[in-house]
Amino acid sequence: MMLKRVLLGVVLGCGLAAAALPVDGRAEEPKVGGVINAVIQPEPPGLMLAMVQNGPTQMVSGNIFEGLLRYSPKLEALPGLAASWTISPDAKVYTFKLKPGVTWHDGKPFTSADVLFSIEMLKKTHARARNNLAVVEKVEAPDDLTVVFTLKQPFGPFIGIFEVGSMPMVPKHLYEGTDWNTNPYNNAPVGTGPFMFKEWQKGSFIQLVKNPNYHEKGKPYLDAIYWQIIPDAAARAVAFETGKVDVLPGGSIENFDVPRVSKLPGACVTGAGWEFFSPLAWLWLNHRNPILANKKVRQAIMYAIDRNFAKDVIWNGLGKVATGPSASTIKFYTDDVPKYDYDPAKAKALLKEAGYKGEKIRMLPLAYGETWQRWGEAVKQNLQDVGMNIETIATDVPGGNQKIMDWDYDIAFTYLYQYGDPALGVSRNYLTSAIAKGQLFNNVEGYSNPEVDQLFADGAVATPDAKRKEIYDKVQKILVEDVPVAWLLELQFPTITKCKVKDLITTGIGVNDGFRDAWLDK
Amino acid sequence: MLSFIAQRIVKGVIVLLAIVVLNFFLIRLAPGDPAVVMAGEAGASDKVFVEQLRQKFGLDRPLPEQLLIYVKGIASFDLGFSFRQQAPVSKLIAERLPATLLLTLSAFVISLALGILLGALAARFAGTVMDTAITVLALIFYATPLFWIALIAILIFSVWVDWLPSFGYETVGANYTGLRHALDVGAHLVMPAATLGLFFMATYTRMTRASMLEVKRLDFVKTARAKGLRDSVILRRHVLRNALLPVVTLAGVHAGTLVGGAVLTETVFAWPGIGRLMYDALIQRDYNLLLGVFVVSSAMVLIFNLVTDLVYRLVDPRIEFSA
Repeated sequence: MMLKRVLLGVVLGCGLAAAALPVDGRAEEPKVGGVINAVIQPEPPGLMLAMVQNGPTQMVSGNIFEGLLRYSPKLEALPGLAASWTISPDAKVYTFKLKPGVTWHDGKPFTSADVLFSIEMLKKTHARARNNLAVVEKVEAPDDLTVVFTLKQPFGPFIGIFEVGSMPMVPKHLYEGTDWNTNPYNNAPVGTGPFMFKEWQKGSFIQLVKNPNYHEKGKPYLDAIYWQIIPDAAARAVAFETGKVDVLPGGSIENFDVPRVSKLPGACVTGAGWEFFSPLAWLWLNHRNPILANKKVRQAIMYAIDRNFAKDVIWNGLGKVATGPSASTIKFYTDDVPKYDYDPAKAKALLKEAGYKGEKIRMLPLAYGETWQRWGEAVKQNLQDVGMNIETIATDVPGGNQKIMDWDYDIAFTYLYQYGDPALGVSRNYLTSAIAKGQLFNNVEGYSNPEVDQLFADGAVATPDAKRKEIYDKVQKILVEDVPVAWLLELQFPTITKCKVKDLITTGIGVNDGFRDAWLDK
Repeated sequence: MLSFIAQRIVKGVIVLLAIVVLNFFLIRLAPGDPAVVMAGEAGASDKVFVEQLRQKFGLDRPLPEQLLIYVKGIASFDLGFSFRQQAPVSKLIAERLPATLLLTLSAFVISLALGILLGALAARFAGTVMDTAITVLALIFYATPLFWIALIAILIFSVWVDWLPSFGYETVGANYTGLRHALDVGAHLVMPAATLGLFFMATYTRMTRASMLEVKRLDFVKTARAKGLRDSVILRRHVLRNALLPVVTLAGVHAGTLVGGAVLTETVFAWPGIGRLMYDALIQRDYNLLLGVFVVSSAMVLIFNLVTDLVYRLVDPRIEFSA
């Protein structure tokens, strides 16, 4: 087991180093041509990224559509459809110069009018974009290749909201004046990206082909991508094993299969490409339950859970024990916070102090397959070991979501993306203003602390970054002391590929950013 | 006979309507709706977003109104629109129907033919090694979970010996045509059809054997033997034909479910059929699509029940039609 872990660590380490290479300077000359077969799971409901924002949609459509910017693994902004940008000294005016000569897949030119239209459309169809754009006072297009955003107030993370999934550009000439819900281009999307939509046989595959007029000369290198739809995790592993697919994006196979598949001849693994999303797993603790409203009980839960066991055994050594509300890969993270090492004795003592007498606590595991089921069992065992009376409630995903939205739970598993910046993906889970029944992913635990509210409000608008860091350091300390939720792990979803697939992951958005740089070493 | 069929059709329509109404309410009892699912998948949800989705799906209207709209649609053969998949339900079902029918019909025909043959052999050689072997084999296939057989088949035939493809309906990107395409689809079909067929085959084998052994003891068989007929003739013309009635009943029930697809087999082998469509619709609370699959598969069950009754008459002319 130990040897396995060491090997996996080495493989992952090599993978990470390899993935970092293209960003700093390519070692090998890319070869042109070839076809990649990749797995997509589950089958996306649609490919129109402005209308559907689930994970599989972005993974496929990140090749078709593009955003104004891309982001490095360190989350620095990189040119996308915007060739350059400037920020005014008061940090309220962002001016983007669009790349000249960019065309949509149907040959029409991409201009600033498309950007303005996309923003208006996304405000109506894309919840996250709408929230991100709330700070924008006006958007103007002084000419065809310039877009100017004027903000109501400085907003630190603003430069981080332009990746393809957060703000995909939509062709105005195909959507303006149509019923967006039933627009035929929803099923045959037209973008500016490196690959064009060719065919979708529902239940079987989605085919994308090379965009010969792509604006980055010489790219993409591949002729086509087939996204294979294989609903069973074991069957996906076999498809890779038998050489029928070349790419297993993160989460394609069950975690317990990762070490085995990673060691197959010709398989390469990387944990890179999740820096922007930085998925962090935790337990929602419902503060409306008087037992969990007690800080000592919440701290006891943190001490009671053996998170290293979960990382090493359930997640096969992948990921990292979470230290607080921010993943270590996002901006302004600090580990200078109170620590909660596994200590059942301390947990028992805290529960005693809190006056807990074995009242029943309902726990909702996440219905995302075997790994999550096992994690639910392990946490239940940990909590029972310190004397808590835990009842597991089994649901499917929609049922679980409904219970969380209705605040009808005591403890519930979740994992959420952090989108690179605490103002985008962290504060939403702790602000008093984010307590709203009937919604997911906000402050569903019901934690409220005016000091935290103020610090998050200050952190979002403060400049420069050093000032922001100071504020976020403080808020992380308070939150970790208060334990509004029980943080578990920074998750890692390794991408497994055939080693002949090169430069697949070159940005902090990974496979979701399209295959423009990928090539096959034939 | 015509009045029998007419009466059965009228009864069938009433039953179908009852099924629609029941299912309509039943699937709404499950917690979570399509808006919740899509908000969950989007990784973002605010009140406006969820309400917009509910409005789009028509879920903001009172339940009786939603039902009325749906039933009106059904009456004009309109199964509604899947907002999740952004396509008419009838189109989505029609797309998957050929693959499902190919799989389930192949499995059905193979299992019925082999099942009856093996059952008859076991009954003919009752008490011998052959009988024991067939019975044990049937028991194994009957009792082993389908997905396990499927995974072991993949391990042997795809991973170890690499004879057969492990997933899909055809080789994606090969663009085969004509005979080459047919052979390609056939190669993809072997494992899923055999896996699904083995279970049904085991059922038919056991049923045929038991039924034949029972019929063999009856007086008319003794009479036939007394008349000097050969054993093979007695078995074929007298015993088997009379023993087939329960098998026909069972086959009728199975035939009705063919259109509903085979969720497990289709999932393990990534076969793009209706079973998977239904499963995905359930997980995604895609109400219209789920109801559409239910309506089509229920209608098929009713039709095959009627056909089964007609086949009874062919197998046993003593049976009279009465609605």
